[in-house]
Amino acid sequence: MQKDFRLEWRQRAALNGMLLYVSSTVFVCYLSFSLRGGQLPAPAWNALFWIVLLFSAVNAVAKGFLQESRGRMLYYYTVVRPQAVILAKIAYNALLLLGLALVAFALYAVVLGNPVQNVPLFVGNVLLGAVGFAGTLTLVAGIAAKATNSSTLMAVLGFPLMVPMLLLLIKVSKNALDGLEFEASQNSLLTLVALNLIVGAVSYLLFPFLWRS
Amino acid sequence: MKKNWWKALTVILLLYVAVAGLLVPVPRLAILNESIRNLYFHVPMWFGMTAILIASVYYSVRYLRTPTAEFDIKAHEAARTGILMGCVGLVTGSIWARYTWGAWWTNDPKLNGAAVAMLIYGAYLVLRSSFTDEQQRARVSSIYNIFAFAVAMPLFYVLPRLTDSLHPGAGGNPAFARYDLDSDMRLVFYPAVIGWTLLAFWVAQLATRISVLKLKVYEKQIA
Repeated sequence: MQKDFRLEWRQRAALNGMLLYVSSTVFVCYLSFSLRGGQLPAPAWNALFWIVLLFSAVNAVAKGFLQESRGRMLYYYTVVRPQAVILAKIAYNALLLLGLALVAFALYAVVLGNPVQNVPLFVGNVLLGAVGFAGTLTLVAGIAAKATNSSTLMAVLGFPLMVPMLLLLIKVSKNALDGLEFEASQNSLLTLVALNLIVGAVSYLLFPFLWRS
Repeated sequence: MKKNWWKALTVILLLYVAVAGLLVPVPRLAILNESIRNLYFHVPMWFGMTAILIASVYYSVRYLRTPTAEFDIKAHEAARTGILMGCVGLVTGSIWARYTWGAWWTNDPKLNGAAVAMLIYGAYLVLRSSFTDEQQRARVSSIYNIFAFAVAMPLFYVLPRLTDSLHPGAGGNPAFARYDLDSDMRLVFYPAVIGWTLLAFWVAQLATRISVLKLKVYEKQIA
C-alpha cells in the first residue's frame, strides 16, 4: 500500500497546475470584490472560501482517475488488491486537497483579510473537509471515468453528494469565524467525522466492484 | 387473488384515506386550520420514498452479487418511483408551505435537504443515460445508487435534527407527536402511510414489468 501511495505521488504533474488554479481563482475573487471596495462580510467570506475549495477539489480529484491510462490500470490490477488502490487514492487526494486548502486559505487571508477568530478550529475543520471531499470525490471520479462524458458527469454527480458535508463544514467554519467556544460546534464536528467514516467505508466496500469492470 | 391481495389493500386504504382524510374532523390548530389534512398526503410520501429507495438499494446490492438484468431493472424502476414520490412530496409540501408559512419555498433545512436528495437521484438518471454498454451501465449505476443512498439518508434524517426548522418538533427532533395526540388523526394517518407506500411498490412493479417487456421485444427484434 505504501508503494502504491508512492506511485501516486510520483505522477503529481497535476499538482503545480492545481496550485496555479487555486491561486488564480482566489485572485479573481479578490479582483471582482475589490471593484466594489470595502471588506467582505464574514458570511460571504466563508461561503466564497468553501466555493473556491469545492471547485478546486472537483478539478483536482477528477484528474486522478481521468488521466489514468488503461494499461496502467491493468498493471495495478495484477499487482495489488483493489482496496489498497482506493485507500491509497483517498489518502493521496486527502493530502493533495489539504495542501491546496491550506495554500488557498493563506492566499485568501492575505488578499481578502482574515476574519477567523478561532484558527485551530478552522484548520481542523478544513482538515475534516479535505478528508471528506477526498472520500466522496475519489469514488465519484472512478464512476465518472467509466462513462462517456466524464467531466460533466463529475460535477453532476459530485456536487449534490458533497452538499451534506458542505453544509456542516460551512456551519462549523462560521462558528470558527465568530470565535465561538469549541462546545458550540462539537455536535457538527462529530457528525462530520461520522459522515466521513460512512463515505470512506462505502467507498472501500464498493470500489472492488467498480474496479472489476 | 392470493398474490395480489396487497393491491386490493392499497385501493381500499387509499380510498379510505381520501374519504376519511377529507371528512373526519380534525383538531383546530392556529395557522394550520384545515390544511392539517395535508398530513395524510404530504408526510406519507416521504415514508413511501424512503421505503422504495431502500428497495432500490437492496436490488442494487443483489445486482452486484449476482449480475442479472432483472435486478438492474428493478433497482432502476424503484429509484425512479422514489424520485416520483419525492417530487410529489415536494409539491404537496410547497403548497402547504404557501398557506401556512406564507411562501412557496422557505430556507428550511428539510426542504433544502429534500431538494438536494432529488438532485442526487437526478444525477443517477443522468449517469445511467451516459453509458452505451448495458452491463457496465448496470454495474456502475448500482455502485452509485448504493453510494448515493449512504450520503442522501443523513441529509434527510440527521442534518435537519441538528438545525432549527419550521417543521413540527423543530430544533430537536422532527417528530409530529403534537398531532399524534389526536387519536382520530392517527386512525387516518397510519393507514395513509401504509397505503401510499404500497402504492409506490405497485407503481414500481408495473414500471418493472413494462421495462422487462420492452427488453424482451428488443431482444426478439435483434434475434
